[in-house]
Amino acid sequence: MREPKKIECWRWTESNWRHPALEWRAARFITLGIDVGSVSSQAVLMADGQILGYGNLRTGSASADSARQALAFALEAVDMPESRVDCCIGTGYGRVNVPFSDRTVSEIACHARGAHFLFGPEVRTVLDVGGQDIKCIRCDEKGKVVNFLMNDKCAAGTGRGMEVFADLLGVPITEVGDRSFEFTGAEPAAVSSTCVVFAKSEAIGLLRRGWSREDVLAAYCKAMADRIFALVKRIGVQPGFAVTGGLAKNRGVIDRLMLKIGLERMGTPWDTQIAGAAGAALFGHAFCLKNQ
Amino acid sequence: MITAGIDCGAMNTKTVVMKDGTIIGKGLAPTGFDAAGAVEDSLNQALLQAGVARAGIRRICATGSGRNAVPVADESVSEIKAMARGAFCFFPGARTVVDVGAEEGRAVKLDDHGRPVDFAVNDRCAAGAGVFIEAMARALGIGVEEMGRLSLRSEREVRMNAPCAIFAESEVIGLIHSNIPAADISRAIYDCIARRIAGIIRRVGIHEEVVLIGGPARSAGLLSSLRRELKVTQVLAPAEPDFGAAVGAALCAAEEPR
Repeated sequence: MREPKKIECWRWTESNWRHPALEWRAARFITLGIDVGSVSSQAVLMADGQILGYGNLRTGSASADSARQALAFALEAVDMPESRVDCCIGTGYGRVNVPFSDRTVSEIACHARGAHFLFGPEVRTVLDVGGQDIKCIRCDEKGKVVNFLMNDKCAAGTGRGMEVFADLLGVPITEVGDRSFEFTGAEPAAVSSTCVVFAKSEAIGLLRRGWSREDVLAAYCKAMADRIFALVKRIGVQPGFAVTGGLAKNRGVIDRLMLKIGLERMGTPWDTQIAGAAGAALFGHAFCLKNQ
Repeated sequence: MITAGIDCGAMNTKTVVMKDGTIIGKGLAPTGFDAAGAVEDSLNQALLQAGVARAGIRRICATGSGRNAVPVADESVSEIKAMARGAFCFFPGARTVVDVGAEEGRAVKLDDHGRPVDFAVNDRCAAGAGVFIEAMARALGIGVEEMGRLSLRSEREVRMNAPCAIFAESEVIGLIHSNIPAADISRAIYDCIARRIAGIIRRVGIHEEVVLIGGPARSAGLLSSLRRELKVTQVLAPAEPDFGAAVGAALCAAEEPR
């Protein structure tokens, strides 16, 4: 008898992309931003401040290897030799371990700058929900940080917490958002435990009482929205609200959050996971211009 | 007089049968999703060991987070009172009592007569509770008891930074990948939870003697990490610390109700 294959529900699709029209040979400065996060790593290549291509993949056990793999993934999409890169800026949780970076910039500054680029200059509040932290950043019309708040001590409200739940319920993480709206009857109340470990036991109890997986997802997405809202409220919201990071792709959490905030979030054609690396590449571009 | 104390906790239900201040029977059953069944199980085990019939028990007192789900109990007391009574009975020198349960951590300050004068509770975060230890042992791929033994053989201090059980799990896996010996990781795990428990204790103040009860107190590794963290000469634990609060409840049952 064969063992049934275990589905890894936390897995999301890794991707790379190249701009169909931009040509790196024509560019004056090629800059690279590398964002090594706790869960995902991105490399964004820019030609004179425009995105040429990027690679987005899961962080492995060693930051240096993840940085290298993300870069190789981006270079592969763009089909350009690494030697063409003029300046590389590292950011994110593993930024000190990017061996080939020329300098590092904090992820707070990079996310604000990146969101300003991806969502447009009207951005004033950036919420980044990452794998192991939540950051809420207020910025000015130039994408400069005015103030920020962060939770990196507790998994409640982070992407990692959502991965744990996706695995527990056997629902692929990319489907969590939509399925959390397929609850039966009235919308369930939020899971009451803050701690992800306790929320897990609570969820198991709810399933045994006959709740559907969708009901439990709805209750957990609501709890995450509440948790994130508490942080957002502390720093104060200004219209021009952009959400970055992997969790921006989960409408189960973000739609519920925006309902509480009473605003519509800004849209972008870009992958929300690349905001930090895009910001880093822009800092690299500014650095090249200054030193030319 | 024969009395019984039942501690219905988040993970296990513990019953102690006492005769004039001496333990004559003990029983333990996983609480699971059937608290009433676990109460029956553990009580029957304890009665069997004590050689006493149900009718021979004068009074039954319940405690623990499921204390209201114990229909056989004549009365119930708070976890704080039960842990204070239990620990003071084992160690009359106890002034700070810590109970590390599966999902909660509590610290109580006692006066010279064993009465609780102050307490602090953590029931929001798994990082200071027993489930943390179990989750870390699972990540390490060994049993909890083996982890406790291994930790005492550690020769090097490795610091874990994660304040959260979910993040600590990834950190343990990271340490395994960096080829850190399992003994050093085990000690790092106990140091990590000891820091969290010490945080609860500091809210009531550290006064010797410090007594630790609850299942995790069986681990010598945790006791030594906690001793280092609190900078005290020793942290005491009874031989079967799981039953600490149940003993306290049985003692409360022996007092005439006012």
